[in-house]
Amino acid sequence: MLEAANETTLILSRIQFALNISFHILFPTITIAMAWLLFFFKIRHHISGHPVWMRAYRFWVKIFALTFALGVVSGITMSFQFGTNWPGFMEKVGNIAGPLLGYEVLTAFFMEATFLGAMLFGIKRLPPWLHTLSTFLVAIGTSLSAFWILALNSWMHTPQGFEMIDGVAHATDWWEIIFNPSFPYRFFHMLIASGLTACFLVMGVSAYRIIKGDEKKAPQVTLRAAAFLAAVLIPVQIFVGDLHGLNTLKHQPQKVAAMEGVWETQKGVPLLLFALPDEDERTNHFEVGIPNIASLILTHDLDGEIKGLNEFQGKHPPVAPVFWGFRIMVGLGVIMLFVSWMTSWQLLRHQRVSPIMLKVIVATTFSGWVATLAGWYVTEIGRQPYLVTGVLTTEQAATNIAASNVGISLALYAIVYVVLLIAYIHTLFYMARKSVKVEEFVTPSESWRESDNNNVEDSSGQTKSEEVKVL
Amino acid sequence: MMADYLPTFFLLLMALSVLIYAVLDGYDLGVGILLPMNNVEHRHQMIASIGPFWDANETWLVLAVGILLIAFPQAHNIVLRELYLPAAIMLIGLILRGVAFDFRAKAVTQYQPLWDKVFRLGSLIAALSQGFMLGMYVVGFEYSFITICFSLLTAFGAAAAYVYIGGAWLVLKTEGELQKFAAKKARRAGWLMGLSFIAISTVNPWLNPEVAERWFTMPGALVVLLIPVMCGLIWLLVDQYLKYVPVQKDRACWVPFVGGIAIFSFCLIGFAYSYYPYVIPGQLTAEEAASATKSLQFVFYGVVIVLPVILAYTVLSYRIFKGKTNELNYY
Repeated sequence: MLEAANETTLILSRIQFALNISFHILFPTITIAMAWLLFFFKIRHHISGHPVWMRAYRFWVKIFALTFALGVVSGITMSFQFGTNWPGFMEKVGNIAGPLLGYEVLTAFFMEATFLGAMLFGIKRLPPWLHTLSTFLVAIGTSLSAFWILALNSWMHTPQGFEMIDGVAHATDWWEIIFNPSFPYRFFHMLIASGLTACFLVMGVSAYRIIKGDEKKAPQVTLRAAAFLAAVLIPVQIFVGDLHGLNTLKHQPQKVAAMEGVWETQKGVPLLLFALPDEDERTNHFEVGIPNIASLILTHDLDGEIKGLNEFQGKHPPVAPVFWGFRIMVGLGVIMLFVSWMTSWQLLRHQRVSPIMLKVIVATTFSGWVATLAGWYVTEIGRQPYLVTGVLTTEQAATNIAASNVGISLALYAIVYVVLLIAYIHTLFYMARKSVKVEEFVTPSESWRESDNNNVEDSSGQTKSEEVKVL
Repeated sequence: MMADYLPTFFLLLMALSVLIYAVLDGYDLGVGILLPMNNVEHRHQMIASIGPFWDANETWLVLAVGILLIAFPQAHNIVLRELYLPAAIMLIGLILRGVAFDFRAKAVTQYQPLWDKVFRLGSLIAALSQGFMLGMYVVGFEYSFITICFSLLTAFGAAAAYVYIGGAWLVLKTEGELQKFAAKKARRAGWLMGLSFIAISTVNPWLNPEVAERWFTMPGALVVLLIPVMCGLIWLLVDQYLKYVPVQKDRACWVPFVGGIAIFSFCLIGFAYSYYPYVIPGQLTAEEAASATKSLQFVFYGVVIVLPVILAYTVLSYRIFKGKTNELNYY
């Protein structure tokens, strides 16, 4: 039955899955870390009692809510994709994948969703500490959900702790399944990626507010916090990324060969800065590289040997997207390093960021998104032709429904996602511009015991009484 | 030993998730469908009444589909293959409804009515496609003229039921003009729901002889025929209550909502009686479709430990936001 999956259905299903998961990951990448940033703002407010932290919280929690909603709805779509387009996945490894997904729903989804309600709408109904606790539980929930889904994803890269009985995977050791070899690296690499993505978003939008003439303290404070955090995270990310690369070399050498564009097994491999990999002739054109550096990075030895793609003929991923995805990710990492360090240096030295730097920061608002997507493309395309390394190929897992059905659903999703992405980015900057015009507002904790009728403006420019209706 | 009961356990758990979803997200979707385009005040209040809950409510759908996927992967594959397009359309509906929640409050003010329309449309699409999928599921995924008509009937019935419970929710959570509006709509939806349920219950035994045999064989029939009787009585009680809204001092404003929950529960029991132990009617039983015992055990422990916690903080969240919604409520 599964062999009957035709070529068009397979291609369309792959495009649809890539579209769905690419769109989906944009939002959790922000919210996983931003939940912790919001928690940090609230803690700072509790400690210092300074209202600016509450103002920072109140502006960013709105963006968090919007981002979270987009993550939730696109995530629900994801949970249906396995059954609709990849039935072979559940048939073959459902015994492993199902429970991991189940634990994600049970331990993470309900917790984050329920306490998000308390966090967003309960600020007046809950004592401040309980509200901060809700924020904390939302943050725990988002990170737990990353834990389970990355455990499953990592298992698909480096499966262990199972046995095959009649062609179906059965669990033998759950501990081994969850803590499979690539999981710790992938998990921390993704958490830090989320941290950087959220930091650059916060920096970008804060800088945008300052450029637009916002002289209040809140954007200054958030820009500073995010820049310092990013400046610390970037070197950590480079270190963790390197460890992840070494782990990949051990377990999926064909992926690393594609990342580095190495065709023949050789010693003293150069680090290619530019090349056009050609799979037909199995060589690179227009190579520009630094001798021996790839060997040094991957084996920590200038003359270290790296296995070439030709050793894995027919069982290695398409080279060009992996090769280029990797370069985009690393290139953006370097830019982010430069931007966060320059910003931090200016802040430490002059207590302010220069106008040119502000523009640079705005330009890099979404650099985390691009880097994260590029990184995911490297690792996921790098797993091909397998869906689960050595166990199941992508082709075997595909559905056999009519291509026209997949075509229709793909077109629907594509239209909706494009509109939503435009609306999201547009709304983000609209909210920033709107907050520029608003005078300092009294935060709820300041007005905790005041009457409900005083028309104090908040950062979105609505009076309190209006806000009741809007939210 | 325990292994023998695991498929049944997960089948019941799935039924419970579906019931909780139908009640909780049912009222969200019902409120969405009811949004009056000519009254912005009411729209604000109605959406505020579901704001703190909708996200968690929707998660019960993820759990239900999750259990289908974890415990009965084969059934999951069949259901989602056969319902490919309706499922995709339902997801588009849920996406539209979910994002409209936030965009309406945050996007440029002049677009707000547009996002409210998107909200209403998304809710309607989701409700109709869920009902349609239920119909198709019952008839064993046979696409013919009669089965499609039947599924359109169930689609209509589901939407009416959601509007019914949505209106009941608003009677509980609001007051004044809006409460009166909600009661009127709920009452009307109650009639439509009742009529379509009667139609569905008449047609279904005729389409599925096996179901007819279960329902009309003595002595079981004596017991299960209590289900429609109970539904009818509760429906009548709620209908009479709704007629007199606003009641003095808002006494017993919970009656329609609790009544709605009871009706939904009885319907589910009736449904379970018709099809147990099948996970796909007439094709696949829970036992046949169940995944490996080891995997089910692993999830079983998680469910036993975590589900009570989930229920506890769900109750907590409803306690935090108890009372009428028109009090100050923002972030």
